Amino acid sequence: MSIRARFQLCKEEFSLDVDLRIPARGITALFGPSGCGKTTLLRAIAGLEHCPEGFLQIGNMRWQEEKRFVPPHRRPLGYVFQEASLFPHLNVRRNLEYGLRRVPAAQRKIPLDRAIELLGISPLLQRKPHKLSGGERQRVAIARALAVSPRLLLMDEPLAALDQARKQEILPYLESLHRELDIPVIYVSHSPDEVARLADHLVLMERGRISAAGAITKMLTRLDLPLAQGGDAEALIEATVAAHDKAYQLTYLDFPGGRFTVAHKDLAIGTKVRLRIIARDVSITLEHQHNTSILNIFPATVDEIVPAGSAQVTVRLLAGNAPILSRITRKSAALLDLAPGKAVYVQAKSVALLA
Amino acid sequence: MSLGEADIAALFITLKLAGLTTLILLLLGTPLAWWLARSKWRYKFLVEALIALPLVLPPTVLGFYLLITLGPNGPLGGLSKTLGGPSLAFTFTGLVIGSVLYSMPFVIQPLQNAFAAIGNRPLEVAATLRASPLDRFFTIALPLARSGFLTAAVLGFAHTIGEFGVVLMIGGNIPGETQVLSIAIYDHVEALEYGQAHLLSGGLLLLSFLMLILVYAVNRRFSLVLR
Repeated sequence: MSIRARFQLCKEEFSLDVDLRIPARGITALFGPSGCGKTTLLRAIAGLEHCPEGFLQIGNMRWQEEKRFVPPHRRPLGYVFQEASLFPHLNVRRNLEYGLRRVPAAQRKIPLDRAIELLGISPLLQRKPHKLSGGERQRVAIARALAVSPRLLLMDEPLAALDQARKQEILPYLESLHRELDIPVIYVSHSPDEVARLADHLVLMERGRISAAGAITKMLTRLDLPLAQGGDAEALIEATVAAHDKAYQLTYLDFPGGRFTVAHKDLAIGTKVRLRIIARDVSITLEHQHNTSILNIFPATVDEIVPAGSAQVTVRLLAGNAPILSRITRKSAALLDLAPGKAVYVQAKSVALLA
Repeated sequence: MSLGEADIAALFITLKLAGLTTLILLLLGTPLAWWLARSKWRYKFLVEALIALPLVLPPTVLGFYLLITLGPNGPLGGLSKTLGGPSLAFTFTGLVIGSVLYSMPFVIQPLQNAFAAIGNRPLEVAATLRASPLDRFFTIALPLARSGFLTAAVLGFAHTIGEFGVVLMIGGNIPGETQVLSIAIYDHVEALEYGQAHLLSGGLLLLSFLMLILVYAVNRRFSLVLR
């Protein structure tokens, strides 16, 4: 099952020219600077923007080809806009039911109660939209989009209009959608943080074109892409909860390159989690350090080295088969005589558990 | 002092004319205003200018051309005659046609502004929630534009009650048939019957004021600014 989209659109101010192929499962992030065409691409997928001559297939559903264009209201999708855009003349419950009532009973897969519970909005049902906070409004909008049991969920920077606290309020809900519902999501964002937390797949866009696409763990650590070149370059590691240490209040997480030690987090053994390791927090040694406070040390192989500014380099290493980035000085790289293929140890000073 | 029989007839004709005109304008004006608010046609401004014409035209000019069009030798009057009806000039039907044209901007423009103020977003949201274009119009556009409808209805009604020049030109002054209040007042003044003139004028003043109070009270953001 995959999603295939080919669009060309020329407007006065900007042109879109994409040929996209992404898996029809998990969360795919469309990532890029403002004005790069992310939203236009999302609107074209929804059918809100009509690109003549486009092609769009979602799994086995063909929504656009040559002369055929399925209008948006006939596409089984959910769309969450940047502003919640609740209907002001309807209360929360009527907003939620608006789409639901228009979906034939046989196609309703997500009961309304489930959507309400997933987004935690049951106390709000009788309120009018103008009585809600920004975060509450956006949660209602997400539940409203889920209530139509979409086969594809499109989200256009659903958190961008919210302050930091509200974002933190909603992110856990988005993560639980990811875990509990099997709906492919295309998520437009320009926030690296959101992408790292949510995305499985990443599509980079630049000036109306797709510059690169692939699995998030690979994309973040590709040294030829801007993500790995910025000051906040980072790697994502997918790991599994292996054990807890009651005495020291620690949690052990296994990944192909070894075992991470992090502060205790109440997660069941076997839970899949994401770890984020910032390149600046990773140092490289030639021998395994024993008399150090750092717990997360793994054998790794140098894979690639590129300059980062005049004084620093970014090193891509493989621990097991998991890529990790390290940002060190050019001088250190020379002193350690780092080169692709060299066996080293990576030391991660800090590791963030994302799930 | 009380109202004479002719005055009461004029009152009823006026109310009937204003009610019918408003109804027709709301029915015809809603799709037209929707189209004006949504269309990206580059020559749309021509239609808008045409609709706004009665705002600036002396009513006698409009009335004069209507008289020619509706009269027995005019295109509409002639058509009516061929179909076995009367010539439309000096009939109540003629008055309705004239009033619809004369009051059109007062109904279309508030509706158009109300539709435009909704913007694209709520309609797009509704589309992604499976609502067809017609469904979106009835369940989103109409409810969100309801203050515009109140404004349009009250302005259309009040403006039709107040018309004088057009009615005089095409309706003449046939008591019980085409004589409306504004003309009855004129007749009373000419006949120096100031008492009756006072009664009718005062009544109209009060009625108009009450209707506008209703609009402003219900819709505080209301403004007569015409885009």
